[in-house]
Amino acid sequence: MGGQPYPKRPRIGERYPLDWLAVSDAEWTAILLSLRVATVAMICSLPFALVVAMLLARGRFWGKTLLNGLVHLPLILPPVVTGFLLLLLFGRRGPLGAFFADYFGLVFSFRWTGAALACAVMAFPLMVRSIRLSIEAVDRKLEDAATTLGASPLWVFATVTLPLIIPGIIAGMIIAFAKAMGEFGATITFVSNIPGETQTLSAAIYTFTQVPGGDAGAMRLTIISIIISMAALIFSELLATFAARRVAAQ
Amino acid sequence: MSLTVEARHQLGNFSLDAAFTSDGGVTALFGRSGSGKTSLINIIAGLLKPESGRVLLDGDVIADSERRIFTPVHRRRFGYVFQEARLFPHLSVRRNLAYGRWFAGKSGSGSDFARIVDLLGIGHLLERSPSALSGGEKQRVAIGRALLAAPRLLLMDEPLAALDEARKAEILPYLERLRDDARIPIVYVSHSVGEVARLARRVVVLENGRVTASGAAAEVLSAPAATLATGRREAGVLLEGEVEGTDPTHELTTVRVGRERLRIAGVTATAGSRLRLHIAARDVMLATSRPVEISALNVLEGRILTLTSEEDGSVDVRVNCGDATIAARITRFSRDTLQLVPGKTVYAIIKSVAIDH
Repeated sequence: MGGQPYPKRPRIGERYPLDWLAVSDAEWTAILLSLRVATVAMICSLPFALVVAMLLARGRFWGKTLLNGLVHLPLILPPVVTGFLLLLLFGRRGPLGAFFADYFGLVFSFRWTGAALACAVMAFPLMVRSIRLSIEAVDRKLEDAATTLGASPLWVFATVTLPLIIPGIIAGMIIAFAKAMGEFGATITFVSNIPGETQTLSAAIYTFTQVPGGDAGAMRLTIISIIISMAALIFSELLATFAARRVAAQ
Repeated sequence: MSLTVEARHQLGNFSLDAAFTSDGGVTALFGRSGSGKTSLINIIAGLLKPESGRVLLDGDVIADSERRIFTPVHRRRFGYVFQEARLFPHLSVRRNLAYGRWFAGKSGSGSDFARIVDLLGIGHLLERSPSALSGGEKQRVAIGRALLAAPRLLLMDEPLAALDEARKAEILPYLERLRDDARIPIVYVSHSVGEVARLARRVVVLENGRVTASGAAAEVLSAPAATLATGRREAGVLLEGEVEGTDPTHELTTVRVGRERLRIAGVTATAGSRLRLHIAARDVMLATSRPVEISALNVLEGRILTLTSEEDGSVDVRVNCGDATIAARITRFSRDTLQLVPGKTVYAIIKSVAIDH
């Protein structure tokens, strides 16, 4: 996304004088932004989560405890601290921020991409945890059997391990999506609360509560966020049931 | 075909130091649970890397610790049938069967697919999910899956142990057909004398990680109980005979062993085919005069070769009956009452229904 300003950028709280349930353009922007940020955070962190979960479940190497601690850090630290660390690392002058800006043209600070990064980091431990548990539940005897049938380790992963952990991956993705939809502290610390760029659903609700007469707006967005969360949950249940039926235990 | 295996490996308190060779057919690794059979077969498969050892197949060095050669499992092309079927739960029976074919560089459903499906009688199961199969069906599919990967050697680790007697009886004929038709050397791990007697050409007896006996099946399985790690219950002799004919009204089959004829029950074999009979020593009675009006159908006249006292008070008596040696286990009391000594003429009595085949 470029930095082009929108032709009209209505402020939160600027209301159309109709029914209180009518969602304003600004609110729609926040909803769509939240969905985009959460989706991008979920999809981009998946390959990394898969690799880290595999390392933690199967790997035997020096520093495994350290990696485990590092992955779980965002779960334990106050979100503000995580946001501040991201600001230091991925800010325009931060070591990683400068690197990505120079070599990939990818700027995080005060952009929606930064919001996605913050959400991905916050949701990462939950996704890794879910995938790791499902990897640990895989019967390794099945993998041995595949090896004796001529499958190399990579093929064993692709044809046996991966299909068997699909339910865990789906669960991890949904929980990461839900976490990303609700993320607030790290995001607002890292990329601030810029309408149309970094103002997600949570930030918009927060803004409503900070202005007089914003209760109706906060209520509207709250209802919408409940609907989105429920939809995600039901969708994940359906997918998990479908996947579990396919890999039903012998 | 020739297979050479040497392995030394330490697993906790258990040490394995075993070696054997095979020149084809079915080689049974035989012994109690915990004797190191499964470790040894896993070393052949490459699933376990021994501290030192060698695996050679037809002159190819598959693994040699001294020369630092270790072919990874997936490049060995050794089929492996495990105790549990280990079918992939997310694939249908057909796709389970086809799994190894793809890596073996064969595609589609060629003629050997149809042949092996037919051999194992699993044609009607192809579209099912593994969870919908019985134990015996699963194991047959697992055997087919291993065969369809076009293995150079087939390893079977107690493939029948998890099944009940009826299922075992269902699968054994398929294994015999496999041995006779497929021309793939097989290493077969088992602790059951019956299975080994029926299938193996060579037997390697393992005890506490060491080879205590090895050789032709008839020799090893007929050895006195002490050399067999199997527990006394199953000690006995293995006889090889030729089917002469079946009496359909009484469902009795006559088998000729040398000049002797044995009648056994419940066999389906065509005249002229070879059959192995395992006669457990505990199922044989001895008499000093020919018994009359007795239900047992096999009464063999012979001379006592040896009498060996066992630890538990029983006596292992070897009787030479023409071309066959029969073992009988009797009490010391009977030995003394009947005044049994080597060279004495006795009659060995074997119930037809007691013979394993």
